[in-house]
Amino acid sequence: MQRRSIAFWLGAVVFLAAMLAMTQLVRNEYPFFAGYVILQFVVLAVAWTILGGYAGYVNFGTNAFFGVGVYTAVLLVKAFGAPLPVQIATAAVVGSLLGLGVGLLTLRMRGIFFSIATIALAIIIETSITNFRFVGGAAGIQLQRPPVTAPFDSYVKMLFFVQALLVVIAVAITRGIQNSRIGRGLHALRDDELAAECTGVPTLRLKLLACVISGALMAAAGAPAAMYLQYANPDSAFNLNYSVSVLAMALIGGTAHWIGPVLGAILLGATQQLLAVTISSEVNVLVLGVMLVLFVVAAPKGVIGLVQRQPKRRGGSK
Amino acid sequence: MFSIDLLRDAVVLGVLLGCFYAAVSIGLSISFGLLDVPQVAHPAFLVLASYGVYLLNDRYDIDPLLAGLMLAPLFFALGIITYRIYYETFERRGSDAAVRGIAFFFGVAFIIEVLIIVQFGVDQRSVTAPYIGKAWRFGDLRIPIRQLVAFAVAMGLTVLLAAYLSKTFMGRAIRAVAQDEEGLRLMGADPIRVKQVAFGIATAVVAVAGALLIVVAPVEPTLDRVYIGRTFCVVVMAGLGSISGTLIAAIILGVAESIVLTLFGASWAPAISFALLLGVLAVRPQGLLGR
Amino acid sequence: MTVPAAPDAPLLRIDALTKSFGGFVALNDVSVQVRKGERFGLIGPNGSGKTTLVHCISGALRPNKGAVIFGGEDVTPLPPNQRSRRGIARSFQIPRPFRSMTVLENLMVALDFAAGRETLESTAHRREAAMSILARIGLAAKAESPTATLTQVELRKMELARAMATGPKLLISDEAMAGLSTSEVDEVLDLLMSLGGDDIAIIMIEHIMQAVMRFSQRVMCLDAGRIIAIGPPAEVMANARVQEAYLGT
Repeated sequence: MQRRSIAFWLGAVVFLAAMLAMTQLVRNEYPFFAGYVILQFVVLAVAWTILGGYAGYVNFGTNAFFGVGVYTAVLLVKAFGAPLPVQIATAAVVGSLLGLGVGLLTLRMRGIFFSIATIALAIIIETSITNFRFVGGAAGIQLQRPPVTAPFDSYVKMLFFVQALLVVIAVAITRGIQNSRIGRGLHALRDDELAAECTGVPTLRLKLLACVISGALMAAAGAPAAMYLQYANPDSAFNLNYSVSVLAMALIGGTAHWIGPVLGAILLGATQQLLAVTISSEVNVLVLGVMLVLFVVAAPKGVIGLVQRQPKRRGGSK
Repeated sequence: MFSIDLLRDAVVLGVLLGCFYAAVSIGLSISFGLLDVPQVAHPAFLVLASYGVYLLNDRYDIDPLLAGLMLAPLFFALGIITYRIYYETFERRGSDAAVRGIAFFFGVAFIIEVLIIVQFGVDQRSVTAPYIGKAWRFGDLRIPIRQLVAFAVAMGLTVLLAAYLSKTFMGRAIRAVAQDEEGLRLMGADPIRVKQVAFGIATAVVAVAGALLIVVAPVEPTLDRVYIGRTFCVVVMAGLGSISGTLIAAIILGVAESIVLTLFGASWAPAISFALLLGVLAVRPQGLLGR
Repeated sequence: MTVPAAPDAPLLRIDALTKSFGGFVALNDVSVQVRKGERFGLIGPNGSGKTTLVHCISGALRPNKGAVIFGGEDVTPLPPNQRSRRGIARSFQIPRPFRSMTVLENLMVALDFAAGRETLESTAHRREAAMSILARIGLAAKAESPTATLTQVELRKMELARAMATGPKLLISDEAMAGLSTSEVDEVLDLLMSLGGDDIAIIMIEHIMQAVMRFSQRVMCLDAGRIIAIGPPAEVMANARVQEAYLGT
């Protein structure tokens, strides 16, 4: 265990150093534009897995948390001209509160009812923002970027690095949960909620915790998007595509281990970035749909499952 | 400003709108309500049917409702295939069928959306028929005839389906399969086949409902997203699988939307169905008229 | 912490428990006490309310009326996990393992969340504790097996082991012998006898009469949600109403 932790943190430091070096060495801004989006999806997919994968509660409200992150940042910029770290931290707090609320309201529901309830929440929040004039209403709002901080020479590069930091934070938290008794408790309640309760697992408390952490991370991932696009409108900030993309990424990678959503987000995120440039955004959605269907039908345990399949003893069974 | 007259008009239009919602939800009331299939692609099928109707109307000048009926057998087959795939890949393997099922149907919905965009573009499409665009006036209340058509078809569908489910052998088997699969098997019926037929019927009804959708208002490829809220709201509120409940729940939704529209404006309308849905789920998960 | 109960106070006291589903009364004014370390048999025809009673004791169901007093404390409003931490453990009529886990991991869930353990012991200690329970139950060889590969009797044993891992004062075994062969029934029965003792009271729900007779110090028979007989096994078996309930009229 100990040795693995050292390896993990070493890997994290190397990753961040590489990302930082990239921002200093690469002149062209485009890789950072695309990379930012992929990193953002890594955070979202990893955060989603805490509740959707470990606990088995399929959250379709990723867009609600993401959008709330975006609009928390918008509001802070518009009202106080708050700096980026404050935007992200506040978004995380708001996201965790929203997670708590969502959890209290919906976590007693099972299966598809929970999923539908999360879609409903997203639409209700979006509608409220649409009717909130101060942040631009339905038409959206333009934002001015403040001057960039050294050592970065462009704002997008800085955002890219910030998102890389969020990736490390999200993965570290998710990994911590997975390796702790909280993770075991979540798995137990996913397998059988009543049996878990009767074995001493405080299921409601664990689910709330998962919802709060997951929500905080998702909102934090959304906060820098306002400055990334220099624009926000409810329609795109709360787009259902976020929910389905993130779900697809987690399922494609596999949800048994934190590496699953990371792989899934990189795989699908990179494919989408490539397609958006080379063909069109519609094909993007098509690829999303096809990949989702293909993986849930043919590889229910995702990429992780495909890799782990070999050593299973009962040969050839699904 | 607000007045009793305005409210009365809102209620009348709301009831008509509600009947239309019943028609578009009734298929889901079978597939999700009775059969427990998380059919989130139901609204996408609905929009797909609308575009099918558009095609027949635009090319061959066929009446939209007739076109809907012509599509019904095709959709029946589509439903059977869909259920077969769902059964083979998820239901039969048990455990987390619902979770992966939702993901599967979301994928299907997205694929349908894109195929429609590729074929027809993102612009709104509408159909022509003698009853579209005209309205009856009662004093200062104006009722579009297309709404009345929707009302009549919705009523017809509800009565027919309710009769089918209670009077025919297959209909009773469908209701039985929802409650006691094992019992049905003991009686010599194959529950999977019964479910397959039921899902086929649910999808065939969607074809007719899709015709109504495009009769009532122009459609666009991503219209299905709003209708996820509306249809699931109606079915959950009705108490899963109740046909008469579906009509009542749909009317409640229609009136609620219509009143909010009158009082607060259109920008709040999308949230109504979802708020109602959430309220019902939180307070009375077995539905207002729960079984 | 609760005040220690007086030495002769019962471990479990069921007080006028009533539970109905819609119009159907599953339990009707049931009162009974179980002593510390007692081996208690619960019998009754199908649908007589046995499992409903177990659900009410373990917290899976809330009664409409009445109270469940455990160790001198009213646990009626508590969720199952709180009751588990106070010492109520159970198995299920149809086994409910954590399917994605191995046998050892199933026990680890219990040990991870059992009262007091998380601060007292390291993961390695807990693993050791789990292994010693498995050895006692006779499942040590299956520790690393996924639960999906277990046979019926192994699943039953795994559930008992998992229940034991919570450190119970009361263990409720809900038809742990259903569907087992004669030799397997004896095996599980011996196991239950060995698990009980000074510290652990066991409520055994069973249809197999010889097993109940051999196991129980006292037997209670439910019929249509009411207690129709309670006392020493032989006495209850001889009771006319019990025979009527079982043989039918």
